[in-house]
Amino acid sequence: MIEVDSLTKQFGTKTAVDHLSFSVNKGEVLGFLGPNGAGKSTTMRMITGFFPPTSGDAKVCGISIVDHPAEAKTKIGYLPESAPLYRDMTVLGFLRFCAAIRGLSGNAKKSAVERAIDTCSLGSVAAQSIDTLSKGYRHRTCLAQALLHDPEVLILDEPTDGLDPNQKHEVRQLIKRLGQTKAILFSTHILEEVEAACTRAVIVDRGIIVADGTPAELLAQSGTGSLTDLFRAVTSRDTEPAA
Amino acid sequence: MPDKTAPQLPIHYLQSTIPQSAMSTLTIYKRELGSYFSQPTAYAIIVIFLLLSMGLAFTFGSFIKAGDASLEWPFFFWHPWIFMLLAPAVGMKLWSDEQRNGTIELLGTFPVTTRSAIIGKFLAAATIWLVALACTFPIVLTVNYLGDPDNGVILSGYIGSFLVCCSFIAITMLVSACTRDQVVCLIVSVFVCFLAVVIGYDPVARALDSFATPPAADVIAATGLWAQLVRWWHQGVAQMVEVATSFGVWNHFASLNRGLFRLQDLVWFGSTILISLLGTSAILSAKRS
Repeated sequence: MIEVDSLTKQFGTKTAVDHLSFSVNKGEVLGFLGPNGAGKSTTMRMITGFFPPTSGDAKVCGISIVDHPAEAKTKIGYLPESAPLYRDMTVLGFLRFCAAIRGLSGNAKKSAVERAIDTCSLGSVAAQSIDTLSKGYRHRTCLAQALLHDPEVLILDEPTDGLDPNQKHEVRQLIKRLGQTKAILFSTHILEEVEAACTRAVIVDRGIIVADGTPAELLAQSGTGSLTDLFRAVTSRDTEPAA
Repeated sequence: MPDKTAPQLPIHYLQSTIPQSAMSTLTIYKRELGSYFSQPTAYAIIVIFLLLSMGLAFTFGSFIKAGDASLEWPFFFWHPWIFMLLAPAVGMKLWSDEQRNGTIELLGTFPVTTRSAIIGKFLAAATIWLVALACTFPIVLTVNYLGDPDNGVILSGYIGSFLVCCSFIAITMLVSACTRDQVVCLIVSVFVCFLAVVIGYDPVARALDSFATPPAADVIAATGLWAQLVRWWHQGVAQMVEVATSFGVWNHFASLNRGLFRLQDLVWFGSTILISLLGTSAILSAKRS
């Protein structure tokens, strides 16, 4: 469903993502781990068509995001890192706008919006202005936007960031549930999430994949049975000089 | 929980005769317009525009005192001056806000082209001004009641006024693509629009013209390298002044205001708008790569 083929992104002379290749199949939830600045968000922005890659390609459901961006984008639901929203709109207005821009209209639009509100438990705030919502609700509104058109591929950039433990649990359950029928790529630095929600995980560091496997395999690889130890062993710290 | 009956792309949409890009332009247009009217922005701008344009017409414009059944001097004359301040206030948020809130990332990953988004936003801002201009209808009624004006000329004045406005919005949009700071966008766009207004304004144009005086008679007659250089200098200055004044909005606005449809004016407005919108698109794409 998602095939990333030696994707590279350079900002000036700095290489943010360096010939990254991986794939996510239907029914898989891939956890995308790595320290801050490892290139996780940049990779996701390239797969979703926001950043054009310097070289390489990403295919979503077999459609190249570089060659056919408009078509590929219809297959993707994307939650950006900071969960950006049009704050002057109501939740309902925002979701209706997103549905319309996804090409939904009439009853299809209405039921898609209802379904997304239901999935993300936004019923109680649907008529409220986004400005007045708490962070958890805003995050869920943005997540609802990603689910509107029932995409085959979900790309979630730190979907649990800034949520309270209850909300984190709910989002993980949701990801797990959706992962049965979709291909999901989500980034996180919370290592316990990998065991809780992922079928597979990759660890990236400075734009390169440094570990790849099922949670069980990664635990075995760590030697100590702790993902934190593995993470610390394979990634570099930003206090160290660049290699 | 998503169920099995989740909608695919609906068939009737694909079959619809309206192309997809026009649909997404319309969706973005509706959102922007809604956002203008759900906030005080649109109302404040329209009210202030009406106060200024009417106030200036009846005071400095001597609308009544002049006893002339025309709107050219008392009313339309002030429009470029008002627009250079207020049009950037309408347009400043168009891209700055998207960049500051990060919603540009949403927009960039929706299946819409940057072009559709630019056109939708531009049309929404232009609509605000269409409404504002339409709200000045009492002055048209008044002038018809008091005298016998040429309504064709008045219509042409409105068209000229609206085109000036659209040009300023397009310029503001270009600036707003460059910065995520609305205040910076406002200041820079007001300055650019001010230049466009002032450079072709008669007193300024005349002052500029005085730089472009022909060389003195003895220089024209003289031979030699020095005299030749002086002549070239004068020619160069004259041409630069001409180019500068033709960039001004005034030339093109004034002829429409007199009821004159000249191709060159429409080309000027059209190309100013088009270049600004293409520039916006170029800047937005360059920022991502």
